[in-house]
Amino acid sequence: MTVGTLETALRAKRDEGRKLLVPYVTAGFPVDEWPRLIEGLGAAGADAIEIGLPFSDPVMDGPTIQEASTRALGAGITPVAALEQVAKVDVGVPLVAMTYYNICFKMGHRRFANALLDSGICAAILPDLPLEEVGPWAKAADHVGVETVLLAAPTAPDERLPAIVERARGFVYGVGLVGTTGERSELASTAVEMARRLKAVTDKPVIIGVGVSSPEQAVELVDVADGVVVGSAIIRRLLDGGGIDDAIAFVADLRAALDRAAH
Amino acid sequence: MVAASADEGTNSLMEGPDEHGRFGRFGGRFVPETLVPACAELEDAFRSAWADDGFRAEFHSLLTDYAGRPSPLTDCVNLSTELGFRILLKREDLNHTGSHKINNVLGQTLLAKRMGKSRIVAETGAGQHGVATATAAAYFGQECVVYMGEVDIARQALNVYRMQLLGAEVRPARSGSRTLKDAVNEAMREWVASVESSYYCLGSVMGPHPYPWMVREFHRTIGREAFDQSTALLDGGLPDVVVACIGGGSNAVGIFSGFVDTDVELVGVEPAGGAAVARGVPGVVHGSMSFLMQDEFGQVQEAQSVSAGLDYPGVGPEHAFLADVGRARYEAVTDSEVLDAFELLSRTEGIIPALEPAHGLAWMIRARDELAGKTVLLNLSGRGDKDVAQVQAIRQGDPAALDTVDFSRTNGDAV
Ligand SMILES: Cc1ncc(COP(=O)(O)O)c(C=O)c1O
Repeated sequence: MTVGTLETALRAKRDEGRKLLVPYVTAGFPVDEWPRLIEGLGAAGADAIEIGLPFSDPVMDGPTIQEASTRALGAGITPVAALEQVAKVDVGVPLVAMTYYNICFKMGHRRFANALLDSGICAAILPDLPLEEVGPWAKAADHVGVETVLLAAPTAPDERLPAIVERARGFVYGVGLVGTTGERSELASTAVEMARRLKAVTDKPVIIGVGVSSPEQAVELVDVADGVVVGSAIIRRLLDGGGIDDAIAFVADLRAALDRAAH
Repeated sequence: MVAASADEGTNSLMEGPDEHGRFGRFGGRFVPETLVPACAELEDAFRSAWADDGFRAEFHSLLTDYAGRPSPLTDCVNLSTELGFRILLKREDLNHTGSHKINNVLGQTLLAKRMGKSRIVAETGAGQHGVATATAAAYFGQECVVYMGEVDIARQALNVYRMQLLGAEVRPARSGSRTLKDAVNEAMREWVASVESSYYCLGSVMGPHPYPWMVREFHRTIGREAFDQSTALLDGGLPDVVVACIGGGSNAVGIFSGFVDTDVELVGVEPAGGAAVARGVPGVVHGSMSFLMQDEFGQVQEAQSVSAGLDYPGVGPEHAFLADVGRARYEAVTDSEVLDAFELLSRTEGIIPALEPAHGLAWMIRARDELAGKTVLLNLSGRGDKDVAQVQAIRQGDPAALDTVDFSRTNGDAV
C-alpha cells in the first residue's frame, strides 16, 4: 500500500513534533466568501482543511453545521459547483471532502473520486458509510488515489478498532463524544479516552473531532491525540456575523495554542 | 379468486434480508459509526428474542389482550356494489390506538424491556406511530420522547395531545420540510447522542438493518390473519389483488407477507407527491439503500402529501426489492383522489378511514375497470378520526388548492 498525500503530510508534521489542526468549513457558506476563508485558514496554520459538501439530511450534524448547510443549499450550492470553486483556491495544505454517502453514490464512486482529485482534494470523509459498507467506495477511491478517512467512535468495543484503523487512510478520525457535531462547554471525557484507545492500536495520525470548541480543549486533547478537527466553533462565529476574518483569527489562536502545547 | 397455496417460511420471497441486511441490492446499514455497535446489539437481541418461545408468547398475548387482535375482515357489500368488484377490508383501524402501528410498537417496546432500556425515542408523521409508542411506553413504564415535524404537529393536533396525555414528550422537528423526513433526522440525531441509554423505536420497515426485517416480523400477523380470514370467507380461495398504502411500507409489508408466495397480485399505493418507487432512483438516506426521491446531485427531495403518514421521500428497502423483481406493483394517487375515497368509504360503509389507507382505495376507484369482477383486499391500516378536522378544513376552503394543501409550509427554510 502506498501512503497517500494526506497521510504523508500529516505524518511528517507530527513526527516533527507539531500538533495537527484541521479546521472544517461548509462549501457555499458564507456565500461568495468561503473560497477566501479556505485560503485564510491555510495561511492561519491549518495542517489540512475539511470541506463539507452540504447534504439535505445531515444526521451526524448538530444545529450549527445544519444551519450552514441549509443556508448554502438555499443559496444554490451543488457538489459540482463547490468542487469547481475548490479547484480555484490556492492553499498549501491538503484538502479533505466531508459529505454524506448519497452525494458520492449518486455521482458514482469512480466519478466522485476523480472529481475530488480534479478539484485538488485528496481525501474523503463519509460519516454514514461505516466499515461494513465502505468496501465498494473504498475500492474505487483506492484505485483513483483518494484517501478514505474512517471514523472511530467511543461506542466501539475494543475489538472493532483495529479493523477501522487498518482500513483508514489519511488519518483516523476519532469521534470525541457520543453525539452529533456542535460546541460543548467542556471537553467530553470520551475525547481523550478515544485518542488513547486509538493511539494504542495505530501509528497512523489520530485526530479527534466533534465537540472540540476552544484552544484550551484542543490543548487538553493533544496531550494524547496527534491533532484536532474544529468545526462548529468556526461555523458559529460565521453565523454570529463575525465575518471570515473572525473565523480566521480564531483558527490562528488555535494554532498558537497548539504550538505552545507542543513545546 | 386464485387458489390458496401459501407454504410459509420455505424459500419465501420475503424471507430476507441476508446477513448484511440486504434485500437484493437494497437495505444495509448506512449509519454513523457511533450507531454501528447499537445496530449490531439490536440485531442480536432481536434474533435471540424471536427465537425464544417465551418472548413470542408474551408478544402474542399483548397483541390479543391489549391490542385486540385478531382484527376482523369486513366484506363491503355497499361499496362493492358501487364500484363493481368485491372489496374486503382488513380492519387494522380497529386495533387499540387505531392503526396497525401498535403491532410493531408492542414488539419493539417489549424488546427494549428485555434489553434493559427504559427510555424510548421515536419519530412520527401522522402521529399514529407516536401515539402507539407513547401508549406502549405508558404500559411498560418507559420514558418516551417523540419527534414530529412542525407541519405535522399543526395538521395532526389531536394526536399530539394524545401523546402528551399518555405521558410522552413531543419535540418539534423544525428543519427542512418539517415533516416525517425531518422527524427521522432528529430522532436519529437523538439516538446518536443517547445510544447508550435509549432505544430507538422506528415506525416503519425502513432504517438500518435490522429494522426493516424486525418491523416486518412484528407486522407479519396482519398477513397471516388476512390469509386465514380470506380463505375462510372465500371457501378456500384468495383475493385476486391485495392493496396497501405505502409510507415507509410497514402495513404493506405486513399484509403482503401473507400472500407473497401465492399468485395474488400485490399493489402498493404511494402519494403522487411522495412516490419513492414510482419516481425514485436508488439512493441512501436514513440508514438504508432504497428508492428515493432526490435531485440530480443526490439531495433528498421533500415529499408533498395531504397525508402526514405518507409524506416521505423514501420507502423501505424490501419494497424496492419487490418492485425490482416485479413481484409487487406500485401506483401513485393524487390528494384529490384520496379525499374522494375518504368520503366514499365513510358514506357507503360507515367507516371513516385514515387518509393513508384512503390512498389504497383511491387507486382501486381509479382502477375499477381493470378490477371489475375481481376480489380485492385492502389493508385498512388506520381509522380517520385524526384526519377529520383537516379534511373538513380542506373541504371548506378553496377546492382549487387541493393538491397544494400548504399548512404554512416553506421550502428550504431559513435561507
Ligand atoms: C394509518 C396509517 N397507515 C399507514 C401509514 C404509513 O406507514 P407504513 O407505510 O409504514 O405503513 C401510517 C403512518 O403514519 C398510518 O398512520
